Amino acid sequence: MAYSEKVLEHAENPRNVGTLDKDDPNVGTGLVGAPACGDVMRLQIRVGEGGLIEDARFKTFGCGSAIASSSLATEWLKGKSLAEASTIKNTSIVEELNLPPVKIHCSVLAEDAIKAAIADYRAKQSVKAARESA
Amino acid sequence: MPIQFPIFMDYHSTTPVDPRVLEEMIPFFTQHFGNAASRNHAFGWHAESAVDVARERIAKLIGASSEKEIVLTSGATESNNLAIKGIADFCRDKGRHIITTVIEHKAVLDTCKRLEKEGFEVTYLPVDTDGLVDLNRLEAAFRPDTILVSVMFANNEIGTVQPMAEIGKLCRARGVLFHTDGVQGIGKVPFDVDTMHIDLASITAHKMYGPKGVGALYVRRSKPRVRLVAQMDGGGHERGMRSGTLNVPGIVGFGKAAKILTEEGVAESARIFAQRERLHAKIASRIEETYLNGSRDHRLPGNLNLSFAFVEGEGLMMAIKDVAVSSGSACTSASLEPSYVLRALGVGEELAHSSIRFGLGRFTTDEEVDYVAELVVQKVLKLRELSPLYEMFKEGIDLKSVQWVAH
Repeated sequence: MAYSEKVLEHAENPRNVGTLDKDDPNVGTGLVGAPACGDVMRLQIRVGEGGLIEDARFKTFGCGSAIASSSLATEWLKGKSLAEASTIKNTSIVEELNLPPVKIHCSVLAEDAIKAAIADYRAKQSVKAARESA
Repeated sequence: MPIQFPIFMDYHSTTPVDPRVLEEMIPFFTQHFGNAASRNHAFGWHAESAVDVARERIAKLIGASSEKEIVLTSGATESNNLAIKGIADFCRDKGRHIITTVIEHKAVLDTCKRLEKEGFEVTYLPVDTDGLVDLNRLEAAFRPDTILVSVMFANNEIGTVQPMAEIGKLCRARGVLFHTDGVQGIGKVPFDVDTMHIDLASITAHKMYGPKGVGALYVRRSKPRVRLVAQMDGGGHERGMRSGTLNVPGIVGFGKAAKILTEEGVAESARIFAQRERLHAKIASRIEETYLNGSRDHRLPGNLNLSFAFVEGEGLMMAIKDVAVSSGSACTSASLEPSYVLRALGVGEELAHSSIRFGLGRFTTDEEVDYVAELVVQKVLKLRELSPLYEMFKEGIDLKSVQWVAH
């Protein structure tokens, strides 16, 4: 199976690799997958004052398609509101990267990582709100 | 010498045809195109005598006492099928128990599975962490109705070479036939059907610098005389064991490939072994958390199977895409399961996903070895920077204590 140009490009030059402070209340972290399954994605977002995602970072253990899917996800997340970010679907990632059927799970994992990061951010915010109102 | 890209380091999957082999094959396509079964004219005679020369050369490579013991086939998958099913069919009234190992090639495992459906019982011996069969376990597995033991000579993934002579001795003492899938090891490490008490051996040309589509099954003719039931009906070629017009050019090439290995195999293996050790040392000295899969001492000279913790195998293959290697990662298999061979050694799933098999061979150069070592080091370091697992490892987090969300 040959890799698509776009997968190769992202895998060779991954965007937004890195780590945000997971203890920062404005940072949401999603860690999905398992080493035993051959892929683990960690996707992080930092939400700014206006509720927009001002930074997104990832680290991925996985095949080239998994790396490309998470790299692409971080690009798409930046500048989006949480509501917009939650509408990102794995099928759009499949389409953009021309992923073959055996690699669809990589895109599913990326979508899961986005959802997990948003959920983590929201959980932190509700704890923060609860503390402030207490 | 400048390096040619892509670099081939996957000699376990196949090998290029040696130019000396090709040269000897060519006249048999156009000039000496006769059917080796045509007994009544010069075209047939020429083909038949060329096939006989090839048989003798193949027999010599494996220590067979007669060229009549070489049954030519389409390759080792067919040879394995013919050996196991052929013996099972012939001996089904004598017994229905077969012993093999969990790390065999699918051509053996799936053949055994089919026989299980037909009422045979199969014992699949486990292997130790080096991939070696435990002789005590083998001894304990024999039953009065055991008819065949099939243990591969050298494993295609991890390169582990089994103690053939000891296994053969145990079989011979019990009057049980011993078959080996010899594909990876023959011509690379010492092999002799007599001293190893082997009754049947599968070989293929394309793993030893011959053409694809031709192989052989060694079938012992004396002490004991092995008999089997043909699995293909037709003109009764190959002493009735394998019908079908002989692939004369392929067989001629197979014979030449065998002759070259008989003459040069020892020196070649020594050179390849040195290159393999060099590759291993250059990589392992610079990358922490690198694990060798398989036995250090009982190993094919050209095999290096390494797991790079925290880096996924297919991801690394993509990063070194100018180098052809192979991986035990699930992502490279159709089943989405990591290598069953590595799992059988007790290698954890995560390290199985992180494995890369380097296969060195006749045309591997020192320059290629050095280039690949450097490239692998650079790319593993780069991918670890990308790996959340490596970051967690560096932070001192025990990855086994994390609650992973499997998907």
